[in-house]
Amino acid sequence: MNALSLRLDCPGEEGFRLRLECQLPDTGITAIYGPSGSGKSTLLDCIAGLRRPAAGGLVRFRGESWLAPGTFVPPWQRRVAYVFQDARLFPHLNWQQNLDYAASRRADKGGAGMDQVIAALALGDLLQRDPAGLSAGQKQRVAIGRALMSAPQLLLLDEPLANLDHAAAAQCLACLQQLARQLDLPMLYVSHDIEEVSQLADHLLLLEQGRVSDQGSLLELCGRLDTRLSHEEQAAAIVVGTIGRHDPEYALTELEVEGQTLLVGHRPEAPGQKRRLRVPARDVSVCRQRPLDSSILNILPVTLAQMEADGEARVLLRLALGTQYLLARITRKSANRLQLQPGDHLFAQIKSAALLMESTDTHE
Amino acid sequence: MSTAELDAIYLTIALATITTILLLILGTPLAWWLSRQKTSWPALVEALVAMPLILPPTVLGFYLLLLFAPDTALGSAWEQLTGTRLAFSFSALVIGSVIYSLPFVVQPLQAAFQRVPENLLRVAATLGAGPLDQFRSVVLPLTRRSFITAASLGFAHTVGEFGVVLMIGGNIPGETRVLSIALYDYVESLQFAEAHRLAAGLVVFSLVLLFLLYRRDRRDSWRVRA
Repeated sequence: MNALSLRLDCPGEEGFRLRLECQLPDTGITAIYGPSGSGKSTLLDCIAGLRRPAAGGLVRFRGESWLAPGTFVPPWQRRVAYVFQDARLFPHLNWQQNLDYAASRRADKGGAGMDQVIAALALGDLLQRDPAGLSAGQKQRVAIGRALMSAPQLLLLDEPLANLDHAAAAQCLACLQQLARQLDLPMLYVSHDIEEVSQLADHLLLLEQGRVSDQGSLLELCGRLDTRLSHEEQAAAIVVGTIGRHDPEYALTELEVEGQTLLVGHRPEAPGQKRRLRVPARDVSVCRQRPLDSSILNILPVTLAQMEADGEARVLLRLALGTQYLLARITRKSANRLQLQPGDHLFAQIKSAALLMESTDTHE
Repeated sequence: MSTAELDAIYLTIALATITTILLLILGTPLAWWLSRQKTSWPALVEALVAMPLILPPTVLGFYLLLLFAPDTALGSAWEQLTGTRLAFSFSALVIGSVIYSLPFVVQPLQAAFQRVPENLLRVAATLGAGPLDQFRSVVLPLTRRSFITAASLGFAHTVGEFGVVLMIGGNIPGETRVLSIALYDYVESLQFAEAHRLAAGLVVFSLVLLFLLYRRDRRDSWRVRA
């Protein structure tokens, strides 16, 4: 895997240093996740060529050297498009001219066509032409469209949904998912919102204080105990399931995960489609016997694979469900009372309310 | 109007036009450079550019006169290249006017360039626009009005200069005798009717130009607020 090779040493804005060496894939969406000040934007700036790291830095993309000793390819020759948190539309151009600006400077004839981009981002119904009159969500969709019209070989997105309200963010997210499926365009997606990341990303790079703390496939990293992710309050495992039968009487939909059946709130998808399921660790509890009189519908047999302390009072459990994993966060007291040991066969209780259905195709 | 007056008007317009064109050519990159410097030493350059605003024009004229003399490096090089003397020539006036009116062009341009968000240029760069393309496609459209302001002020200020011209140009009809000098001559020889004509003409010209500029700015600021 030598799609995007990086070796960077670059001072950031608030006194920290971005210092990393890593390889990133050049397919799908790679999320760069970390707390603010961990160097996420600095990393994108270095890849785009907007910031020059210290001597000895290295940026290579698909065998093409963008940064090496004696080599610096300027941003306008890298064919890397960049979508910023603020849309940064050109104020002297209307939104269509903003798209034309990018289209007229594209380096090759390939890439997305104007009609395709306008359709995918639902720009056709923008009545207001002047960027100043557009809503934040509309501006951001135009900005994404403009980036695509430059026919980039790599798309960088720096928290593109951070300034949007929930509805606008959801619409943008859906557009991005659709585009990622339609276009064979690698994307690096910076975010500090793990839910956004869970919906979009295939691959995950965890940054902490300017260093890579972990990287790997999203599904794998989310189900591990030794990353910072699992110790966050909103830690959640992601499992992949197939939509099964709909139960109109109770407005529920079945989801097949590793031969088990889960019930989730009614979903519009047709049976047979694969979907991601985000299961927060705090909404999973375990018991030794299958409870027969619980109000909780989703009770799955699992095997305790690993456990790790999570602060003073709590313990994180990694529960194997076939080849996939769930996380559970319980009190240390409960763990002691149940005398939990790795290898134990347990039942995981998942609160139905905790099941977040994500509308993302997965590549599993 | 006498031929002498028409000559003076023609000469003044020619001087102001050439000076304004040169000022835009030289002042634009200088103003751009100043607007993008983040260190403090370019303040020295800014101070030099601004000097004509506060120095008596005669000071500038005096030093230029010394510089243009045939026995200096510049004066003799000019003579070898062109075969004419630099001092008391139209070319000397152009050089003096460019320096004298420089702040009137550089300052509004620099202020306008500083208001162009760096972010927009970064976007343009990632969309494939090189530095010149960024300037042409982003900076120019956003600062077009300031170019009009800068050119108008540079032109008007050149029309109105007197001290520098007197020191380095002298009073050669058709060569260095511009309107302000002609006016001075009329007053010296007590031809007040002619002096009035030129003086009033200059007053009206300046007033109309400034009125048009300020009215445009006022309309704009009103439009932005609305």
